[in-house]
Amino acid sequence: MTRVHDMGGRFGDGTINPGAPDDPVFEQDWHARALAMTLAAGALGQWNLDMSRHARERLAPKDYAGFSYFEKWTAALADLLVETGVLSTDDLRGQGDAGRHLLADRALKAENVAAAFAKGGPTDRPFDAEPAFAPGQRVRTLRPAANRLVDGGHTRLPAYAAGAVGAVLRCHGAHVLPDAHAHGLGEAPEPLYTVVFPAGELWAAPENPRDEVTLDLWQSYLEPA
Amino acid sequence: MPHDHHDHDHDDPHALLPPDPALRVRALETLLARKGLIEPAALDEIIDTYQNRIGPRNGAQVVARAWADPEFRAALLQDATPVVADLGFFGRQGEHVIAVENTATQHNMVVCTLCSCYPWPLLGIPPAWYKSDAYRSRAVREPRKVLAEFGVTLPDETAVRVWDSTAEVRYLVIPRRPEGTEGMGVDDLARLVTRDSMVGTGVARSPSA
Repeated sequence: MTRVHDMGGRFGDGTINPGAPDDPVFEQDWHARALAMTLAAGALGQWNLDMSRHARERLAPKDYAGFSYFEKWTAALADLLVETGVLSTDDLRGQGDAGRHLLADRALKAENVAAAFAKGGPTDRPFDAEPAFAPGQRVRTLRPAANRLVDGGHTRLPAYAAGAVGAVLRCHGAHVLPDAHAHGLGEAPEPLYTVVFPAGELWAAPENPRDEVTLDLWQSYLEPA
Repeated sequence: MPHDHHDHDHDDPHALLPPDPALRVRALETLLARKGLIEPAALDEIIDTYQNRIGPRNGAQVVARAWADPEFRAALLQDATPVVADLGFFGRQGEHVIAVENTATQHNMVVCTLCSCYPWPLLGIPPAWYKSDAYRSRAVREPRKVLAEFGVTLPDETAVRVWDSTAEVRYLVIPRRPEGTEGMGVDDLARLVTRDSMVGTGVARSPSA
């Protein structure tokens, strides 16, 4: 049911290397190029943020686990460019047409970077109806944690929080629904909530009974409890 | 229900590029630039932005102001997005911001178990550990063991609340103000605020340290 990226709560990953505060922002030059290339290619407007996240998530599990962070970004970018028809597989083989691309007029220019990044991509949207849940209300998450529009599709409900009961902490108004947006099914905005769960609701052996985990969850991920 | 048709196996397009990561990135960049789809100077500009201009010093300014100015703190905790925007911190990966404050009874810590969501305008590009499998998998299940690996030990009376960033809301932790900082100005206070303290895996520096 789940994909390899959905790793919250997983055992076996070992200790964390906290690094040092003065570690370079980009460990390798190609990390920086991969990040910048991905952001610049996104400005062509051929996919949205949810589609690019999903492209990383659906890398084959062996690739997802084996690739370093920016290798995942690069692989997902190449896959998206081909899937959206921007590039052909011949292009990737180095056998494509070298001429100027039809989308070249949309390429992000250096002088427009600051403005494009300052604008960002807010995901809040107007919404006419009242939110179904109020702060303090108890809710239960869907089980299994899965996209209900597209089988195997993108969702932001992690498996570890499936079927769990928590309390609404805050409503953020309506936001674009990733489960639809990642698949070209429109923005389908719906209310987004921060829901708080006791650690004991999620884990067999919580470290401390007072501890909690919060998740940001869309209304269709929830039912009254 | 329709299926997700994008699953591939051996015929993934990315496998057509050179396998070495640095060569793979260069090959794709060269290809895109030749077709006019990316401008290499724009890539340089993006890199310069996140290498030199946007980083944890931004978030530290916000925290120091919150420590020094009760009205600012109240507004920040009420609705952080416009408050940090007034200081010039807004845009990509910081469109919707919430500030959460550490106290004697509650410690906040931020993770993105599904990918690597992080408040870029306030903290810059996330460090390697934040994106690591070990942090993503363990922070929600055993935050205290994770904190210990960062050198942070909390008393049992302090509850840990871990914020899993599953939407486009980005979280900034306001660490506890260190002892012995009474009367310090905002710039001096900001120097005590570490990146990790704003993710919740560290605490602010002591002025005597």
